[in-house]
Amino acid sequence: MPIWNRDAECASNEARQALQLARLQTTVERVYARVPFYREKLDRAGANPDSITCLKDIAKLPFTVKDELRQTYPYGLLACDRSELVEIHTSSGTTGTPVVGAYTEADLDLWADVMARTLSMAGCVKGDTVQNGYGYGMFTGGLGVHHGARRIGANILPISSGNTRRQLMVMRDFGATHLTCTPSYSLFLAESALAEGIDLAELPLRAGCFGAEPWSENMRVEIEAKLGISAHDIYGLTELIGPGVAAECECKNGQHFNEDYFYPEIIDPLTGAVLPDGEKGELVITSLQREGTPLLRYRTRDITFLMREPCACGRTTVRIHRLLGRTDDLMIIRGVNCFPSQIENVLMRIEGTQPHYQIVIDRGATHLDEIEVQVEVEEAIFSDLTSGMESLRKRIHDELKSELGISAHIKLVEPRSIPRSEGKAKRIIDRRSI
Amino acid sequence: MIIKQISIFMENTTGRLADVTALLAKSGINLRAISIADTADFGILRMVADQPDAAVALLKAAGFAARETDVIAVEVPDQPGALARIMALFRDEGVNIEYLYASLEHSADQAVIVLKVDDVAAGLAMLEKNGFVTVPSF
Repeated sequence: MPIWNRDAECASNEARQALQLARLQTTVERVYARVPFYREKLDRAGANPDSITCLKDIAKLPFTVKDELRQTYPYGLLACDRSELVEIHTSSGTTGTPVVGAYTEADLDLWADVMARTLSMAGCVKGDTVQNGYGYGMFTGGLGVHHGARRIGANILPISSGNTRRQLMVMRDFGATHLTCTPSYSLFLAESALAEGIDLAELPLRAGCFGAEPWSENMRVEIEAKLGISAHDIYGLTELIGPGVAAECECKNGQHFNEDYFYPEIIDPLTGAVLPDGEKGELVITSLQREGTPLLRYRTRDITFLMREPCACGRTTVRIHRLLGRTDDLMIIRGVNCFPSQIENVLMRIEGTQPHYQIVIDRGATHLDEIEVQVEVEEAIFSDLTSGMESLRKRIHDELKSELGISAHIKLVEPRSIPRSEGKAKRIIDRRSI
Repeated sequence: MIIKQISIFMENTTGRLADVTALLAKSGINLRAISIADTADFGILRMVADQPDAAVALLKAAGFAARETDVIAVEVPDQPGALARIMALFRDEGVNIEYLYASLEHSADQAVIVLKVDDVAAGLAMLEKNGFVTVPSF
């Protein structure tokens, strides 16, 4: 597979760290001089640009949290002149005031570079055709992929999200080689193709970059089989740049973090202490070369760990493990902490169960939390015996109990009865009024 | 003879059976035997139809988890003790009956019972050896 930016992605540790330190110092200087919010924050923390003499000094800097991004909406975190801006993106704002990413020409250049790296990891080269099923608009997904594919010189089908029949028609008629969309939508496309009598395996589609929502290894297996492609996990967030922060190479063993532009740390979400490599915690990211909206130690709320072992692909960048959960997705059921990803892992171990599941949390007549896990029954696990179905239900129940320590009601539901989203899959329905 | 039974996974919701039967009716598929095993959350609909392969293909295309299961359909004289004799045979031969139901097939003096057993070949051989008539198809 091609490596887009060999100098950056295969740099030696020493060279990379020197670059990171210089860029970190520049970023702290920049926000201290230009963003009143950061100047006050740094002053309060007793830190200033001179505090950074080595990379470890980053721990002297205060964290930035999502609420602060909302409080400073729309332009409060701008570290450049408004006249230098060339593009603005925001989050959807479904959970509150949207967060803003503002890009200068240099920021877009950086974005194109990291997205070219991302698409290259999925084997995309000039001459390939990218069907970009991420939404175009204020959302970063559509234009992020667009900028990266332009940089590579690939042919772009800017179809945006939704309109499944048209997606299938475009895919077939224009010979898409790469697909970019949410992982759940890729499966929805595969199911729809089947229903329309289109054999995806016959099409030239080779690989896909899937992100914007958490997914599992089991889902990868299913996507790869149903679409006949190589499926790559990609990571990013509006706050930092959009997609392009990290992505999987062909080894699919963690996502290579573009650490020359984004500095990752893992912290204990409760104490804020920096954790050693390999330990699970909250991912914190500092942008190292942004001009528009650089962030210091942004708390992503994503749970993962850092992997520094060398990767067979030849890149030397640190990798993050597939996301293990969100600090804010943490479900507390009868006082037990659990993440939806743990439930997914259990379902994954049970042969034949689909990654299509939904978790409903409610308080019953007893006022105790009750959790129902709805699992779709596919043909592979369907038995004509009620005893067969009951033993499947018991097995899921028992494995969940041993993994999570809670007893869930397992409801077997018909295939395709759990709503498929065209964006982020809604896994949890919390009906508790607390 | 082995008969192909169609089994479908169904959620226990109002109107689901109406969906299935309407689908089959539209394609002119005739049902010859039908039974439901129900639990609190779901049911398993079992039926024998005149075109089992077509029926299963149709149901799958409509999104149901459906499969074919090998069953035996045996003629039972319509008189007291007839079913008891067959049950005793299965007991004595150690062939386990997982479930059974009566079909809509009938004549003046014969009923037809659909049997799902753990060893279909053994069950068939035993019935035939003892002079019972198994139905080749519906």
